[in-house]
Amino acid sequence: MERWSRFNIASVVLGFGFLYLPIVLLVIFSFNESKLVTVWAGFSTKWYAQLWHNQSLLDAAWVTIRVALISATCATVLGTLAALALVRYTRFRGRVLFSGMVYAPLVMPEVITGLSLLLLFVAIGFDRGFWTITLAHITFTMCFVAVVVQSRLLSFDQSIEEAALDLGATPVRTFFAITLPVIAPAVFSGWVLAFTLSLDDLVISSFTTGPGATTLPMKIYSQVRLGVTPEINAICTILIGIVALGVVIASIVTKRREVQRERDERAAFAAIG
Amino acid sequence: MAKLASAFVSRLVIIIPYAWLLFFFLIPFFIVFRISLSQTTVAMPPYTPVFDLAGGFAGILEKVREFSMDNYVWLTEDVLYFNAYVSSVVIAAVSTFLTLLIGYPIAYGMAKAPRSLRPMLLMMVILPFWTSFLIRVYAWIAILKPEGLLNQFLISAGIIDQPLIILNTNTAIYIGIVYSYLPFMVLPIYSALEKMDHSLIEAAQDLGCTPIAAFWRVTFPLSLPGVVAGCLLVFIPAVGEFVIPDLLGGSETLMIGKTLWNEFNSNRDWPVSSAVAIILLLILVIPIVYFQNVQAKADSEGR
Repeated sequence: MERWSRFNIASVVLGFGFLYLPIVLLVIFSFNESKLVTVWAGFSTKWYAQLWHNQSLLDAAWVTIRVALISATCATVLGTLAALALVRYTRFRGRVLFSGMVYAPLVMPEVITGLSLLLLFVAIGFDRGFWTITLAHITFTMCFVAVVVQSRLLSFDQSIEEAALDLGATPVRTFFAITLPVIAPAVFSGWVLAFTLSLDDLVISSFTTGPGATTLPMKIYSQVRLGVTPEINAICTILIGIVALGVVIASIVTKRREVQRERDERAAFAAIG
Repeated sequence: MAKLASAFVSRLVIIIPYAWLLFFFLIPFFIVFRISLSQTTVAMPPYTPVFDLAGGFAGILEKVREFSMDNYVWLTEDVLYFNAYVSSVVIAAVSTFLTLLIGYPIAYGMAKAPRSLRPMLLMMVILPFWTSFLIRVYAWIAILKPEGLLNQFLISAGIIDQPLIILNTNTAIYIGIVYSYLPFMVLPIYSALEKMDHSLIEAAQDLGCTPIAAFWRVTFPLSLPGVVAGCLLVFIPAVGEFVIPDLLGGSETLMIGKTLWNEFNSNRDWPVSSAVAIILLLILVIPIVYFQNVQAKADSEGR
């Protein structure tokens, strides 16, 4: 194995500096005493305190969290099913169309997805608001879940499942007893991904919303258009904190389950041998 | 009987997500297409009715005869739309190239890092992807403003004495796209490079290749699938990008995602915005199908 050369270290360090510096600066200036976000005037948490008195902002945050919880949960179920369909059923009528519909939303510009969903809701006469945002979020996040779960399923040893089926378990029972425990970490990280994607979405929410349903990104966007303020920095810092915490918890859980599973497998093989 | 029931349950695995995507992803495109052919009216919803089944078959025929290409004609008559499409594609292509230029060395450096460090590095690339797009774009406003942090730094370092005007120009859009989409470029290239068999490089060098020649003849061709996937993951969404040109670009910046948004939200012209979306979709259909093939191929190799 060759050494990690200076060039490689430099490109990784510079690259990560580029990725993280803007976020770090944003967090630092959320604690700025002054109303300006570019001139440092001393440490203060007053902008955070102010957030608690901004009722419309708190309402928007509550809407956003409910949308994200519901849509991430539904998207995880649908996305896991889609991943199973893609990996386990290599031949069925319309599979090409199906895999196309799973991959296309990953790259589809959000303005197109947003507009088409809005026109669907109008065409079927569905009242726009909380539920239309939720349905729209389920649709675009389930594809991300499908891709995450699919990659786990591909590296999964199918002979364990076959053994369960041979021993007389029904496919449903096999799924819950064998498959789900193994893919659980991927399903969980799919859920976290769907949750954060929903939490962050501006464009699709703006198209599919109706009266009375304003999400946090929509609120932030309308304030950003009026100018940069430390208050926005404070909201953003809280959001970043929530997401970072979620990701760290997700990775710890995943790691722990993986270690546990390996230990179980080793024990099982030892018992057989 | 139990067997029949379980066969039905396994069918459901396909049917449920399939039906969902058909209804919420595919059918909406047909509705967009249909509305792009109708007339703008001052009403809610602001277009002539789409389907009216009360008239029976004759009624449908009547409706089909009423289809109009007016919105598309309108798009070709106003040079603004044409320019917006062209400049969106150009801006997306240039920023994809810049992202590749910056992303490749990062992915390469990560793949060459000590094995124990790699999971953490991977995690650090993914983390910004999970934080809000809007927030990451917003963070750049404070940096790029004329009195912003970048100019303060450059002036105090004595590099420039007049602030650079970056915000509300195309340069700011390039910075925004490269920054926001960088993880999409780094991840596929990294996974291609990480899988690579290192002995191939050693063989090339033993046979007299210089390190640079070995890179271009062995490493780069082997990482091409990752490069292609990364470029598509950046290019396709960037063409229709709205948030970045809206917040970082200037008033003269033309990008089609912004045009569509304004047509829809400010002008309330739903048929024209539908026509704009359909043409954008036609431009992107080739790269999207290509991306799907790349993905499907990656799946069958992973099997």
